[in-house]
Amino acid sequence: MLYTNLKHIENAADHAKAISQNENVMVICGRMGPMCIPVYGIAEELEKDYEHVKFFDMEFDNPESHVIRDIPEVRGFMGIPFTIYYKNGKVVKATSSIQTKQQVKTILDEYLTVSVNA
Amino acid sequence: MNTNNHYDVIVIGAGPAGLTAGIYLSRARLKTLIVNEGTVGGQMILTHEIANYPGVESISGYQLSSIMKKQATTFGCDIKANTSITKLKLQGDTKSITLDDGMSYTSNAIILSPGGRSRTLHVFGESKFKGRGISYCATCDGDFFTDKEIMVVGGGNSALEEAVSLTKYASKVTIIHQFDHFQAFDHAIEEARQHPKINFIMNSSITAFYGKEKLESVDIRDLKNDTITNFKTDGVFIFIGYVPNTEFLKGKIVLNEWNEIVVNPDMNTDLRGVYAAGDSVAKRYRQITTAIADGTIAALAASDYVHQLKTRNKQLIAN
Repeated sequence: MLYTNLKHIENAADHAKAISQNENVMVICGRMGPMCIPVYGIAEELEKDYEHVKFFDMEFDNPESHVIRDIPEVRGFMGIPFTIYYKNGKVVKATSSIQTKQQVKTILDEYLTVSVNA
Repeated sequence: MNTNNHYDVIVIGAGPAGLTAGIYLSRARLKTLIVNEGTVGGQMILTHEIANYPGVESISGYQLSSIMKKQATTFGCDIKANTSITKLKLQGDTKSITLDDGMSYTSNAIILSPGGRSRTLHVFGESKFKGRGISYCATCDGDFFTDKEIMVVGGGNSALEEAVSLTKYASKVTIIHQFDHFQAFDHAIEEARQHPKINFIMNSSITAFYGKEKLESVDIRDLKNDTITNFKTDGVFIFIGYVPNTEFLKGKIVLNEWNEIVVNPDMNTDLRGVYAAGDSVAKRYRQITTAIADGTIAALAASDYVHQLKTRNKQLIAN
């Protein structure tokens, strides 16, 4: 159980729904540990400034988190949380271990931009 | 001075010292703002279980910091987290800070409780392999190294205790330490020395990390012979102490040779109306309980200072 104020992804079906129904998605897959809690906190802070991005967390020890643990983009990752950024259902960036607010903002600004319709 | 953005006291840092100051100040009806660069709780949230906090049998650092935050905000304290300070003025009767969103705030007094952070090696490859073989948290990442050969850097209590704890996962743990003796308590040294999975490389330090997708090897310098040898490894855990987060205070207040803030028994720095508390203060023991004590003293002293300042200003206006 993750005690955060983020929306929780409980299983693979939730995960599929989240990334298919939203253009820009950030999923933090971790535990309630020292490297993960700061990233949840950053995401909670950024939710109000990045309304075009949907922020979720997922418990690393939930077997259903294979949807994150088994993707090629996390090969070589040996530190939680695994943070995955999706654009139109595709992984566009993944990071391992703790990140600063500036590092997260840089990724959001580069990869999860607002779509402008012509 | 914009009265909406004016506070009686601004607290910089939201670890146990800063949150305690916020609780005391706002409960005393002083308008208080806490600003924090990271997540509320500071290093307290790094602790999985706190079992020596008086009156509480066992609690996680995250839970304790959440309760402290709630106490502070319930009493009316404003908290701005995950922000950084771009300008700081500590001199004079009116102090001021500007945050990275461009907003400026003034106050009569300031309490500095920026805390500390894990020291890093600052060598080639360290940032590249963070989370890809380099870790600063055994309880977080230990299970990624099951049946692997790893290294632990450091010679204090954390390094030796975490090395022993990592033997639950790793097949071999090598402790790298720059001196020929450890700084840890005797019982921690003894436990590490007697552990069959642990061996030691003394008088040595890591000078570079190498690998492709993940860490594969390190260069280790023998500090006695000044020779460098490359060792294969699956992971490195770094526990080499903490550094105070006081870079932004250099040249503004008196720091000691370790960049810790120098205070008097009332937690007053060398500047009037500027107090300090917690792990960034020059002192011997750093515990949550000592940070809370510092925060309490700093809040009471700042409260007294603000009251005197307001009384003096009223007298000046009356005359």
